[in-house]
Amino acid sequence: MTKPGWRDLAIGAILEKGGTALEFKTGDWRTYKPIWSQEKCTSCLFCFIYCPDFCIEIEDGKMIGINYDYCKGCGICKEICPKQAIEMILERR
Amino acid sequence: MPIKALTGNEAMAEAMRQINPDVVAAYPITPATEVVQLFAQFVADGKVDTEFVAVESEHSALSACIGAAAAGGRVMTSTASQGLALMHEMLYIASGLRLPMVICEVNRSMSAPINIHCDHSDTMGSRESGWIQIFSEDSQEAYDSVIQAIRISEQAFLPCMVSLDGFIISHCMQGINELTDTEVQEFIGEHKTPYSLLMDGHPFTIGALDLQDYFFEHKRAQIEAMENVLPIIKSVGKEFSKRTKRGYGFFEEYMLGDADICLIALGSCAGTAKVAIQELRDKGIKAGLLKLRVMRPFPYKEIVSALFNIKAIAVLDRSTSMSTMGGPVFIELRSALYDNPVHPLMVNYIYGLGGRDIFPRDIVEVGQKLENIKRTGKIEKMIDYIGVRE
Amino acid sequence: MEVVSTIFPYTAWNVPYIHSAFENSAATISGVEAAYKAFKKKGKIKKKLNFIAFGGDGGTYDIGFQSLSGAMERGHDILYVCYDNEVYMNTGIQRSSATPMGAHTTTSPAGRVIPGKTQFRKDLTEIMTAHDIPYVAQAAPSHWLDLTRKVEKALSIKGPTFINILSPCPLGWRYPPSQTIEISKLAVESRFWPLYEVENGKHKLTYKPKKEVSMEDWMKLQGRFRHLFTGKNKNVIKDCQKQVDRKWEKLWTLQS
Ligand SMILES: Cc1ncc(C[n+]2csc(CCOP(=O)(O)OP(=O)(O)O)c2C)c(N)n1
Ligand code: SF4
Ligand code: SF4
Repeated sequence: MTKPGWRDLAIGAILEKGGTALEFKTGDWRTYKPIWSQEKCTSCLFCFIYCPDFCIEIEDGKMIGINYDYCKGCGICKEICPKQAIEMILERR
Repeated sequence: MPIKALTGNEAMAEAMRQINPDVVAAYPITPATEVVQLFAQFVADGKVDTEFVAVESEHSALSACIGAAAAGGRVMTSTASQGLALMHEMLYIASGLRLPMVICEVNRSMSAPINIHCDHSDTMGSRESGWIQIFSEDSQEAYDSVIQAIRISEQAFLPCMVSLDGFIISHCMQGINELTDTEVQEFIGEHKTPYSLLMDGHPFTIGALDLQDYFFEHKRAQIEAMENVLPIIKSVGKEFSKRTKRGYGFFEEYMLGDADICLIALGSCAGTAKVAIQELRDKGIKAGLLKLRVMRPFPYKEIVSALFNIKAIAVLDRSTSMSTMGGPVFIELRSALYDNPVHPLMVNYIYGLGGRDIFPRDIVEVGQKLENIKRTGKIEKMIDYIGVRE
Repeated sequence: MEVVSTIFPYTAWNVPYIHSAFENSAATISGVEAAYKAFKKKGKIKKKLNFIAFGGDGGTYDIGFQSLSGAMERGHDILYVCYDNEVYMNTGIQRSSATPMGAHTTTSPAGRVIPGKTQFRKDLTEIMTAHDIPYVAQAAPSHWLDLTRKVEKALSIKGPTFINILSPCPLGWRYPPSQTIEISKLAVESRFWPLYEVENGKHKLTYKPKKEVSMEDWMKLQGRFRHLFTGKNKNVIKDCQKQVDRKWEKLWTLQS
């Protein structure tokens, strides 16, 4: 992608569109990867509340998976899960 | 047009009242305190609709101005010396974020040693902060310039400071030709911004972290914006003179047409210099004066062409640069003349630091020395000091 | 905040956002709120808007302290949130006045003669209370319901409000990231970080610790206190415990 020249940038380094950080994927910063077991999960959603990167995906009040695009592998979800439904594995790329 | 007897501070406060900004955030400091006080009284008396934020420091004053300008407000403040220095960090942020606003600045020396009187070291110390800088010879000019500054700043998307000399002008009474409130409002018009924090439905982000891949481009655009300021000053000045018959350019030429030696001054000293020029003329010396009004951006092309026939120049600087190469105006002017096919002889006189008076006779002496330099082609001292005890 | 959430040309914010400098978020938002008031007065804006400023403990307790105090005293209708991770992290683990006694940081390092930071932490929450503003609260991420309730409450109150949120930091406090919530929980249980609010001058505990957790229990989980567990440095832990007990008692009397 070629970046814009100085004439084509908005005034004062302003950003006109909100929420664009979604395009900036940070998942590859991860060393450990959380693996979710649907069978063990009771959808208590503790992990959803505590995940610092909003990576727990839910639908109709139920957990449906983990968004690895932004998950940093901190392991907070694993620690907090009362059902041991999440385990951390070393990620190989 | 009503004429009122006002001090420099009163004239600037009066201009602020007529401008009726959305937000004024300010902190008192001698000799600018009065501007803040008078404005607070206007607010208390319901003479303006302004939200007045009586902040706890100048750093916060300019921070609040930045917040208010980013929110789309028309914003003003006033300060001097240490106050401007305390704002220093925020000066760059205001200009870098391209936020229009106006500071009514009262020139005062920088500590230490502590001193409350006039020199230009405060304003000159912030000359690279990305602000448009306009100096005023007297209260009338300050009043007129503050009103024009609103237009200039909002059109250029760059902040602007208008300064006058502490005590000499700030506390000195003068008859001011005022515009009516309606005339001022008509002249400045409504403040429009293409973006603001309060614009409904637009989640603008202002002040993002700008790294190696974008920062330079944004700075380049800011420099371009500064380059575009001169035509704006010119057209705003023209329009202003249509209404008031008081014309304002980047500088004023005084008896420069047939002159062969020239003095350069800014601020109140220009008035003193005009008296001296008359005296020099009486002595048969063809002296002229170029009174610089706009220091940033530096109108170097225009100055150089105005000095085309000049053989010798003395620059009067009311501050020094500590580079030991002379005062800021001297250094810039010398640099501006570098590409000229003819190089006039140039000397620099530092004067008036910490409020030391300068008299017409001092400037007459400068003129005589300059005449001598022109004749002999010899410069004994490139940088000299007026009125300092040896 | 700007460093993590707004790297040009991206922004994480879907609401209007401004960053101007490190130490002046309170002054900056004062200006935004003042402009809002001016526009409201002139009928240019009708909507009710919330104004929230964020600062780290460095930007709040230290360099931005004056700016915060000024904004609170002036009574702007704003919520100020301090993310208190007890250390300057942006510049790489330097002490702040929120750093607890004994903690090792790069500017209060534990060495042969000095066992980490030698002063107690500043109690900013109480200093904000002394500003007599309508609402002040202390919260922690482990107790999320308490935290979100406090934010909602603060936003519903007119005038300046302040919430101090303990923000455990794996890198600065030296513990594995997965333990973040546990560390936060124990900070509350140990009474090091009481959860309370002060509404119109009245103190109220919003959570009463249920377990007996000592300062030692909490400190031993964190590498920044490791040096305190050897030789005579153990006295520092005792001093920390005494200070926590003293402050807890005071809080207890204030709320009852
Ligand atoms: C005037 C000024 N001085 C110093 C800095 C360097 N600086 C940037 S962030 C920071 C510390 C931030 O600490 P804190 O507010 O606790 O936030 P954290 O990084 O922990 O989130 C410092 C010292 C600066 N940006 N501006
Ligand atoms: S915490 Fe565990 S049980 Fe609860 S929703 Fe998350 S994975 Fe499922
Ligand atoms: S590992 Fe951390 S970032 Fe990833 S899903 Fe779990 S809590 Fe979220």
